[in-house]
Amino acid sequence: MSQRNVIPFGPQHPVLPEPIHLDLVTEDETVVEAIPSIGFVHRGLEKLVEKKDYQDFVYVAERICGICSFMHGMTYCQAVEEVMGIAVPERALYLRTVWAELSRVHSHLMWLGLAADAFGFESLFMNCWKLREGILDIIEATTGGRVIFGSCKIGGVRRDIDGDTMKGIVEKLDRIAAEIRHTTDVFLNDYSVQHRLKEVGVMSGEEAYALGTVGPVLRASGVAMDARKIGYAAYRNLKFEPVVEKSGDCHARCRVRVREIFQSIDLIGQAARKMPEGEIAVKVTGAPSGEYFSRVEQPRGEVIYYVKANGTKNLQRFRVRTPTFANLPAMVRMLKGASIADVPNIILTVDPCISCIER
Amino acid sequence: MIEEQTTIAVGKDELLGTVSDFHSQGYRLVQICCTALGDTIEIHYSFDKDYRFTNLRLTVKPGEEIQSVSIIYWSAFAYENEMSELFGVKIRNIVVDYKGHFYRTAVATPFVATETDEKNDTGKE
Amino acid sequence: MGFLSMTRNIAQNLFEGPSTRRYPAVKRYYEPKSRGMIGIDIEACIFCGLCSKRCPTGALTVAKDRKEWEIDRLRCIFCGYCVEVCPKKCLSMANHYSPCVTDRGDAIHLEKQAPKGTTEQPVEEKLEKE
Ligand code: SF4
Ligand code: SF4
Repeated sequence: MSQRNVIPFGPQHPVLPEPIHLDLVTEDETVVEAIPSIGFVHRGLEKLVEKKDYQDFVYVAERICGICSFMHGMTYCQAVEEVMGIAVPERALYLRTVWAELSRVHSHLMWLGLAADAFGFESLFMNCWKLREGILDIIEATTGGRVIFGSCKIGGVRRDIDGDTMKGIVEKLDRIAAEIRHTTDVFLNDYSVQHRLKEVGVMSGEEAYALGTVGPVLRASGVAMDARKIGYAAYRNLKFEPVVEKSGDCHARCRVRVREIFQSIDLIGQAARKMPEGEIAVKVTGAPSGEYFSRVEQPRGEVIYYVKANGTKNLQRFRVRTPTFANLPAMVRMLKGASIADVPNIILTVDPCISCIER
Repeated sequence: MIEEQTTIAVGKDELLGTVSDFHSQGYRLVQICCTALGDTIEIHYSFDKDYRFTNLRLTVKPGEEIQSVSIIYWSAFAYENEMSELFGVKIRNIVVDYKGHFYRTAVATPFVATETDEKNDTGKE
Repeated sequence: MGFLSMTRNIAQNLFEGPSTRRYPAVKRYYEPKSRGMIGIDIEACIFCGLCSKRCPTGALTVAKDRKEWEIDRLRCIFCGYCVEVCPKKCLSMANHYSPCVTDRGDAIHLEKQAPKGTTEQPVEEKLEKE
């Protein structure tokens, strides 16, 4: 037996600008065990809820993550709305859907860029981020912020998108989609990309399911689980099927995200066509009492918000289970038996969002 | 109403049995979370299968020891370490037990009510 | 074929020129809705303190007795909640950012309502600008 070494990965590492630490136990070039430790930037937001008014807390929830910020706000609002039994106007639900899908597109484009960066394809990385700017411009024009939308509130949304703007957005997205396709073709076909990602970090569907994995990581292993199918917001009126890939390796996870970008653009188009006229918010008075688990499919997978309220302005308990937290066990499993050179790729294809873990 | 959610109350002794029931029926462990309610602690085990969401609710006293479900669902280790570090729930036989080193916290069990903290301050850093 | 997909992007990028902006020379366009800086029409303010009570970061302080309204621009997160709750609608969100500062203290901006009766000058100034 060769000698075992422990190689520390992170908390500062070139491929991952966020702090997570892994002790990689290696034998020669192979990782035999990976032990994660987190908590470098834990913010205790779950505790903060006891000090903040439940309506103001939307702003805090939105800042749990800088990438899927809108979806965090939306999940929180959904949880409180369910507890209070508020019927959100249809138009607000559609607007939420549009913004949620825009965040998915920009998140996946960002991830594609980071993945390219992880295997050293710098020009591809820059290309992806250039395309992402187009999406961010749409987001800024409609909400006023590039990544923090500040548009969701309990009972509806704060801003409207008028009909002409919406049409403009759909047209612009179609244009961007053509450009995105040029870039994603590289991920799908290029030899060097395939060489780095194919048959790396393979995880079977059964294993992924048993580990409670969520989101693209689970779908890349052939399990069709997409929390949007529950039918929150306007998804119950839109036609889509979860994107599934069979092979369960890094390249499959990449393909799932590539296909989801186009699925999201299609969903935005559908939502724009079906969006009804009407109010965008209802007035919310009183205080919540009860409990609910709200689930939303974020770019990284299913997020769970648990809200427990006892009839006061401050919630009793607020709990977030972010997708990356659920994917942590899967990441540890995938790293077992991987070669040291593949570690950055494997970690990145899980699309870890450490700031989400450390809510 | 977005979806139906069922919550079943379980006792400390039936916990492992019920959870392995869920496991054999092919449920996925969605999450485990902990709520400190002053004199009791509520622990929710959530499962999902084909978008059916089911919850187990276990109520324990602070300081009471419970069994880890990580022998059934391996991925539970992350949640259980989190619960024991932030809420001070005593959990026996976690598969990967960090023994207080999952999070780096300045105070022990920061998420439980402060007055009990002051009363039985163990001085753990 | 395996290499050509990127070659096409590279060729396109060569012909299109840079995607970045030559910043100080070319200014960034801000959308009308962009959230950048909180402004106040201090003469309309009634110092009810609602904005400071609602502000999630505690960036605002309102002193009713001194008729002062103060914002710490580095604490403000541009959420726009104060604009939404203000009963007199005297707060506004500008679509550009506040100037850079090198010291935290410089970011604290104080507005003081002129004592009643001496408001003539500011009003004139305002008219001139318009
Ligand atoms: S809410 Fe408006 S009127 Fe009241 S103190 Fe603030 S700025 Fe003045
Ligand atoms: S925009 Fe938000 S953070 Fe800034 S002063 Fe207003 S309420 Fe406070």
